Amino acid sequence: MYQILKKKTLNSNTKLMVIDAPFVAKKAQPGQFIILRVDEDGERIPLTIAEYDRENGYVTIIFQEVGATTKKLGLLNEGDCLHDFVGPLGVASELEGLKKVAVVGGGLGCAIAYPQAKALHEMGAEVDLIAGFRNKDIVILEDEMRAASTNLYIMTDDGSNGHKGFVTDALKKLIEEGKQYDAVIAIGPMIMMKFVSETTRPYGIKTIVSMNATMVDGTGMCGCCRLTVNGETKFACVDGPDFDGHQVDFDESMRRSAMYKAQEKEAVEHHECNLHKMEVK
Amino acid sequence: MANMNPNKCPMPEQDPNVRNKNFEEVALGYTPEIAIEEAQRCLNCKHKPCIDGCPVGVKIPEFIALVAEGKFIEAAAKIKETSALPAVCGRVCPQESQCESKCVRGIKGEPVAIGRLERFVADYAMANDTTEITVPEQNGHKVAVVGAGPAGLTCAGDLARLGYKVTVFEVLHTAGGVLMYGIPEFRLPKSIVQREIDNLKAMGVEFILNFVVGRSETIDDLLADGYEAIFVGSGAGLPSFMNVPGENYNGVYSANEYLTRVNLMKAYKEDSATPILRAKRVAVVGGGNVAMDAARSAKRMGAEEVYIVYRRGESELPARLEEIHHAKEEGIIFKFLTAPLEVIGDDETYMVKGLKCQQMELGEPDESGRRRPIPVEGSEFVIDLDAVIVSIGTSPNPLIRSTTPGLDTNKRGCIVADEETGLTSKEGVFAGGDAVTGAATVILAMGAGKKAAAAMHEYIQNKNK
Repeated sequence: MYQILKKKTLNSNTKLMVIDAPFVAKKAQPGQFIILRVDEDGERIPLTIAEYDRENGYVTIIFQEVGATTKKLGLLNEGDCLHDFVGPLGVASELEGLKKVAVVGGGLGCAIAYPQAKALHEMGAEVDLIAGFRNKDIVILEDEMRAASTNLYIMTDDGSNGHKGFVTDALKKLIEEGKQYDAVIAIGPMIMMKFVSETTRPYGIKTIVSMNATMVDGTGMCGCCRLTVNGETKFACVDGPDFDGHQVDFDESMRRSAMYKAQEKEAVEHHECNLHKMEVK
Repeated sequence: MANMNPNKCPMPEQDPNVRNKNFEEVALGYTPEIAIEEAQRCLNCKHKPCIDGCPVGVKIPEFIALVAEGKFIEAAAKIKETSALPAVCGRVCPQESQCESKCVRGIKGEPVAIGRLERFVADYAMANDTTEITVPEQNGHKVAVVGAGPAGLTCAGDLARLGYKVTVFEVLHTAGGVLMYGIPEFRLPKSIVQREIDNLKAMGVEFILNFVVGRSETIDDLLADGYEAIFVGSGAGLPSFMNVPGENYNGVYSANEYLTRVNLMKAYKEDSATPILRAKRVAVVGGGNVAMDAARSAKRMGAEEVYIVYRRGESELPARLEEIHHAKEEGIIFKFLTAPLEVIGDDETYMVKGLKCQQMELGEPDESGRRRPIPVEGSEFVIDLDAVIVSIGTSPNPLIRSTTPGLDTNKRGCIVADEETGLTSKEGVFAGGDAVTGAATVILAMGAGKKAAAAMHEYIQNKNK
């Protein structure tokens, strides 16, 4: 069993958990992900590895409570166990040789962008970290991101932190100012990754995106996570999750991600209804 | 005197129009009386050709003679001498092309129903055998098995019986491989597979689930950890797609995804957390056993019309006759000589609307010996649908081959292994099942696991001389 060693609330619907998972921690690398099941009849959900401690065998995950499973996960506490926790899955990010990088994170994506920034920073690269949030109240990992970057730019959609705009505005400004990036790494909602890719395309800057597709097994068995990259079908779980943002068909991937939206909504309502019943008892 | 009835005793089955709405087992199994009657059809002939037809060499006439005497538990013990998973094999083996195809009784009439008898005795023993399974005397050597599917389970069972400390590494959260995620409940109840796995555990086999060989540890890491030999039975799990336009519309599934959602993730249960499309009109592309499983599952999930779209003719269908027969009985509609050209989708909702197909006709035989399908000009038509399930084959997962230096694979991505021993190009590493052959059958995988277990035993004995 995979025990929850630490639980921390990052903002109103985002939580961090440190899980005891030595087989995952042993060889985990930035960019890889895990699949977990909360309980015996639970669904398998993929989450990117936010941090790992090889020595102690710990793996950190950060998740947003959006679906029935993540809500159920959020109710667990330190000392509780997850039924299943498998990884590391997927191909690790190729960070070797990058000297000057812009890492762009959107919302929860910052949890995934952060380990990449940290790894690059530790390798001696110059890292501009651009993080976007809807407002200042939901900013997560600010201290961690600052420590893992050369320059940190936090943007808010509503300007509540004094920097109004999208991550793409900040990125474009930096590029226009003459920053010469070897690569831009964008992690966040698909729509954000699409626009980051469109921002860098005219400048020909290599842009790597992390495709958070819907998955079942996460090991290359089902093909549910397939996407089109440069006209070819790829599996996010085994060929990715990192792909060249200039070659990904984002529109298709966004529509595929929305396939079970109605059913998920129903599951959340059902779940909340059950929670309510529990409270009433 | 043998029972000279030319026909097999029929298998009691659920009514087709009842069973196509539930996930309970289709075949209900022989009663003891029917089993004895059927067993008496065996002539116990001298040459025992049936045994040659069995990839794991079950002592068929001997177990059938015990059934005829009513000694069912002894009969089960006889099968278990050579087969690790009798309750599974009795259900999913293609007996008509193996043991039963060699049966002398098949020359004039139907062969002895070996598969049905095997299933009967295995089920009988499961319900009535109270003998406790014990851990065999240990020989002090440890071995690893990668993948808990039919090949791996068989290999693990045989090695455990020889006294090895066996550890099975499985990436999914459940052991059993295709027996759990692929073959549906109505054809192979999961409780039966679980019983077989529990029996292996009782023999001392250790299962480590949620373990990614190739990522958590590589094959080389396992060798360094002191496993003296490793069997790779990682299967052929990577689904192939048709590469036709529209294949990524929502509602296009690989058979693996559809069956995994239904079986492993239990979407067939009302209260399951697993989302699945409750499609009303479904086409399954392909003609193998997996295609039949997917079509019959879709029907049970509430589809009103389910089509099998297959580009060759009925006689070329690779699925077992019994599966085709069952599918037809349950109302599956077969579209033979029909090739898919394009998945039509709704550009607003992005959901599947139909499958554009083309009529084919059979030409000259191709390299596989089957007559090649040739498109008929101007014969395009569209089947209105809301889901398409692609069941045109699978290939081995690249994870192990890409992380194991020195392990040779062929151009199809299959591990190169000796057919008789499973020995690969890498010392101490053996392989078998779909990882070597590409997608094949459960029993062939079991046969490979069995041969590899014997070869691994020999290898370790020689090494330690």
